Amino acid sequence: MSAAAGGRTAGSRRPGPTPPVPGRRASGGPAVPVGRGTTRVPRFGAAPSRVTAAIVLVVIGLVFAVPLVALAQFTFRQGTEGSLTLAHYTAIADPLNAATYQPVFDGLGASLLIAVIAVAIVLLVLLPAQVITALRYPRLRRVLEFVCIVPITVPVVVLVVGFIPVYQVVAQVFGSDAWTLSFAIGIIALPFAFRPIAAAITAMDMAVLSEAARSLGASWWTVTWRVLLPNLRRGITAACFLTITVVLGEYTLASFLSRTTFQTALVLVQQTDPYVAAIFSLGALVFGFVLLVVIGRIGARRTGEKESA
Amino acid sequence: MTVTAPAAPTSLSSTGATVELEAVEKHYGAHRALAGLSLRVEPGEFVSLLGPSGCGKTTALRALAGLEAIDAGSIRIDGADVASTPVNKRDIGMVFQQYSLFPHMTVRQNVAFGLEMRRVPAAARRERVIDALDMVHLADFADRYPHQLSGGQQQRVALARALVTRPRVLLLDEPLSALDAKVRVSLRDEIRRIQSDLGITTVFVTHDQEEALAVSDRIAVMNAGDIEQIGTPEELYRSPSSAFTADFVGQSNRLRGDLRGGDVFVYGFRVPALDAAAADGPVIAFVRPEDVAFAAEGVTGTVVASSFLGSIRRTTVRLDDDTVVTVQHEVGDRRVAGDAVAVRLLGAPVAVAPLT
Repeated sequence: MSAAAGGRTAGSRRPGPTPPVPGRRASGGPAVPVGRGTTRVPRFGAAPSRVTAAIVLVVIGLVFAVPLVALAQFTFRQGTEGSLTLAHYTAIADPLNAATYQPVFDGLGASLLIAVIAVAIVLLVLLPAQVITALRYPRLRRVLEFVCIVPITVPVVVLVVGFIPVYQVVAQVFGSDAWTLSFAIGIIALPFAFRPIAAAITAMDMAVLSEAARSLGASWWTVTWRVLLPNLRRGITAACFLTITVVLGEYTLASFLSRTTFQTALVLVQQTDPYVAAIFSLGALVFGFVLLVVIGRIGARRTGEKESA
Repeated sequence: MTVTAPAAPTSLSSTGATVELEAVEKHYGAHRALAGLSLRVEPGEFVSLLGPSGCGKTTALRALAGLEAIDAGSIRIDGADVASTPVNKRDIGMVFQQYSLFPHMTVRQNVAFGLEMRRVPAAARRERVIDALDMVHLADFADRYPHQLSGGQQQRVALARALVTRPRVLLLDEPLSALDAKVRVSLRDEIRRIQSDLGITTVFVTHDQEEALAVSDRIAVMNAGDIEQIGTPEELYRSPSSAFTADFVGQSNRLRGDLRGGDVFVYGFRVPALDAAAADGPVIAFVRPEDVAFAAEGVTGTVVASSFLGSIRRTTVRLDDDTVVTVQHEVGDRRVAGDAVAVRLLGAPVAVAPLT
C-alpha cells in the first residue's frame, strides 16, 4: 500500500488556476486571468474591471489620505507662512514645555492603563465566557452574542447617561482615577472584541478537539493551554488590538465622566498648542492604523492557510 | 498485487481488556438515550454498535469513554468500575467522526501528545511515535500539519495517536463516515488489521451495516437505547431474532404470510420461521433477496428494474398482487424491465413479525 493512499496530499499540490467555486459563476462567464498562476472568477458576472477597481481604490484612498496628509503637513507648518519646520516635534522634548504638555503624557499613560485593564477584561471575562459557552452551553451562544453586541446599538452619549449614577458608586469604591473608566470602555469594546473571538471559535471544532485531548489524558488546564488557546490565538490577538483602538479613540465617555485620558488631554492642549495636539493625534492614528494592518495580515494568513488546505 | 501488512511494532503491543456495561441508563431531559444497556466485550474482541440514527450507539460509546455521565448502571474495564473516573484517567484511545487532529501541531506532535500527558521520556516518545506512524504507513508525513493531509490520512494519524499510548480499550466513533467510499473500505480493513495485530479490545460505532459486517467479531444491533440483538455477523444475518434486526441488517423482502406450527406459508411456499415460539396467525416474513429465485413456475410478476452489482445482480419484480420483491441472482441471468417472470422462495428460515 502506498503511503499516500487515501487521497490527495498538499505535497502534490502546486500553484495553478484556482478551481471554480460552485455557484459563483451563475452567468457562465469565462474565468478572468488576473495574475501568474491564478484565475479570478467573476462573481455573478458583475466583477468590476481592473480600471473600475483602480478608480474606486484611488477615490477611497484619497478620502482617507487627504485629511491625514493635511494633518501631517500641519504638524510641520511654521505659522501661517507655509514654510515647514521640525520645531513642533522638538518642542515636545523640550523641558521648558514639560508643564504644558504634561496633561497629554498623563492622559496617554491613563489611556494605556485603561487599555491594559480593558484587554484584561476581554481576556479574563469575555474569552472564558465565550469558550465555556461554546463548550458547555452552546444554546446560550445567541444570548451571549446579543448581550455583547448591544452596546454598539446604543449611542455612547445615551450610555453615559446610564453610566453616571453607576460611576458615583464606582467612585466610592475605587476612587475617581482615570483607570476606572476601563470598566465602561470594557463594555463599549465588547462588540469589537466578541466578533473575532467568536469567528476563531467557529473556525475550530472546539468540542471535538477538547474531547480528543481529554481522551489522550489531558487535564482541562492542559486542554485550554495546549489546545484551545493556540487555536484561538489569532482571534484573541485581533480582539485585544481592537480593544486598544477603541480605548485610544474613546472621547465621549471620558469627557462626560470627567476623567482625563489621552483624547480629553489632546482637546485641552489643543487650546494652547494645536501643533502638538495634531502630532499626538497623528501618532494615535498611525498606531491604530498599524494595529489594524496587523489584524488584517493575521486574517490574511489564516485565510491563506485554509485555502492551502 | 499482494500487499504484506507489517506486524504491529512491539512498542505498541497491547493486551485487551474486558469491557462491561451493565444496565446503563442515560437521559437527556425526557428523552431516554440509553435504556438499561448491558454489554460485555471480551479481551481483544472487536464489537460494533450498529443501529439507526438516534438509537443510542454514540451515547453508549461516549459513556464508555467518560465523555457522558451516566444516570444509572455501571461501566467496568477489567472489572474496575470507571463510571466516576474522568475521561483523562480512563486509559482509552478514541477516534472521532470529525477530524480531531490538533491543527496547530504537526503529525508528530499530535501523535506524541498522549505520551507527553503520560510523561513518557523524550527518547521513548520519539521511538513510539515513529512506530505508531509506521503502523499506519505515515512515517514520511511526520512533519506535516493536519491541513496538509487528506481526510483518510488524518483519520489514520488519529488512529495512530489513539493507539500510541497503548490504551486498554480503543473506541471508534464512526471514524470512516466523513471519507469517500474507496478510502473508507481501505481504512476499514486497515483498522481491522491493526486491531488484530495489537489484540486491543475495540468498540466501533457505525450506522453502516456493511462496515459492521465486514470487520466485527460481534455486532450489537441497537434500537431505542438498548441492544436488540448481539451476535456474529453471520448470526445476525442468517438468524435475526427480531423483525427489527432482520429489517436493519441486510436487505429483506417483507412478504405477508401465515404462521402455522412454526412454519410460514408465503404464496403457497412453506418456509421455517426462525422464531419457533411465535404465535400462529398472519405475519410479515422477512425474506432475503438470495432466498428468492426465478423459476419456471411460481408467483408471477413483471420485472421493474435490474441492477448490476459486480459479482451479482439484483432484480426488482412487481408481483401480480402489487407486492414488490427483490431477487438476487447470477450476473449472467439478465432481466430487463417489462419481462414477465415467475419467482419462488428457496425455503431458508425467515424472521417473522406479527402482522398489525
